[in-house]
Amino acid sequence: MSVTVRIPTVLRTYTGGQATVDADGATVADVLADLDTRFPGIAGRVLDERGVLRRFVNVYVDEDDVRFGDGLQTVVPIGSTVAVIPAVAGG
Amino acid sequence: MTTSATLSTSPATDGAPTIDLGPAVALSCRECGHRVDLGPFYACTECFGPLEVAYQFASSGEELRAAIEAGPDNIWRWAPLLPVPPGIASTPNINPGNTKLIRADNLARELGMKTLWVKDDSGNPTHSFKDRVVAVALAAARELGFSVLACPSTGNLANAVAAAAARAGIRSVVLVPSNLEQQKILTTAAYGGTLVAVDGNYDDINRLAGQIAAEQEDWAFVNVNVRPYYAEGSKTLGYEVAEQLGWRLPKQVVIPIASGAQLVKIDKGFTELVELGLVDASPYKVFGAQATGCSPVAAAFKAGEDVVRPVRPDTIAKSLAIGNPADGPYVLDVVRRTGGAVEDVSDDDVIDAIKLLARTEGIFAETAGGVTVATLRKLLATGALDPDEETVIFNTGDGLKTLDAIASSVGPTATIKPTLAAFEQAGLV
Repeated sequence: MSVTVRIPTVLRTYTGGQATVDADGATVADVLADLDTRFPGIAGRVLDERGVLRRFVNVYVDEDDVRFGDGLQTVVPIGSTVAVIPAVAGG
Repeated sequence: MTTSATLSTSPATDGAPTIDLGPAVALSCRECGHRVDLGPFYACTECFGPLEVAYQFASSGEELRAAIEAGPDNIWRWAPLLPVPPGIASTPNINPGNTKLIRADNLARELGMKTLWVKDDSGNPTHSFKDRVVAVALAAARELGFSVLACPSTGNLANAVAAAAARAGIRSVVLVPSNLEQQKILTTAAYGGTLVAVDGNYDDINRLAGQIAAEQEDWAFVNVNVRPYYAEGSKTLGYEVAEQLGWRLPKQVVIPIASGAQLVKIDKGFTELVELGLVDASPYKVFGAQATGCSPVAAAFKAGEDVVRPVRPDTIAKSLAIGNPADGPYVLDVVRRTGGAVEDVSDDDVIDAIKLLARTEGIFAETAGGVTVATLRKLLATGALDPDEETVIFNTGDGLKTLDAIASSVGPTATIKPTLAAFEQAGLV
């Protein structure tokens, strides 16, 4: 497995309670697709019916928000961490 | 966290824990309407949409108004409309609210307006509106059984959390950007608690807080895992303005945007007052204010888009420097529904506006207030805001917290020796 994915609380029902899981993929889209093969339905929670990132979820590759990169096509280097985090209000 | 293991409230007859947050009956997803029981939840399990408090109000109209008017001189007079337990007013807290609504005739005259009011929330215990939201979050956190109050913050929230936790006798953990204004760091530290300076911007810290909140089940991050309750505290700004105007709504309001939650909740407060029969229904326009260096909502509004694209903030208005505002889409909904607008202003305009408000009304606003006043001026110039309609603007924090922003542009009129001759020579008479 090439990357680590951090799973938010609301998605841990899909991962049997695991907070982090391993996955393969060269891009964010690939990683989500790989996750979905092992945890069916999880991608549908992160992506809407059009296959784009839901507006109230943030995905980071290491420290960078993928919306600042190439979105779902953002490259995920081997050994990096992908974090899925619900959007939260400001302070 | 697992609610059944950590709730401090007494069990119901069937053994299930009970949560008594007054008129709050459930949490409802703003995106898809999915409802869940009251608990420490903030994101919808179906679509990640934000959860918000749903209510069943016990009374309405004259009876409710009488109860409110007979209530305490702080936000707990609105307890019948907030997700707080009965008896909240008698628990140890810092009791924010009932701040001044100041008629700003001098500023109105300068701007060519008829009737202008400033809702000055710098009068709260830690000198910003954040005391309101934290007070409600603290009440919910206690009811839900948390033992630590925490937050990521651009400063004002840090002050409010540290102070509220100190008064309540519980631990606080506050994360702030390390480059924050010194005034905000020192005033937070003064209350004790754990203060962590993080090398990163607010959005970095917000992400970190979300990750910590997922692991520390006993910590209530006020604007993360108790966010639905927290955000409701901003409704009290709308309630107070209506009551202070004699139980009616203003025609126009100008509100600063950070995450956008405050603007959305002031609108929610107005809407509830109408639904409950506390004020007559009357059209009002909501305007949003941002600094150009962090203006993703203004950009989306001007482009006619529903999606708010994140930006990397670069502005002196650090309390508004949230590049990825979670409630941005709802701000667009409110502003478009009411016929308002979102505008943005330069940092130079912000400094000018801080000085303008101080010079005309004796109100020293922090940079967010400067953004609001400068935006008011710009909206008048573009014709978006009607100078003849009654307008309320919101000053959400105290200028003493952001002294650095104006330090290079104000100073003594003259510096002289302590003699009458020197005074006269300086041309001061």
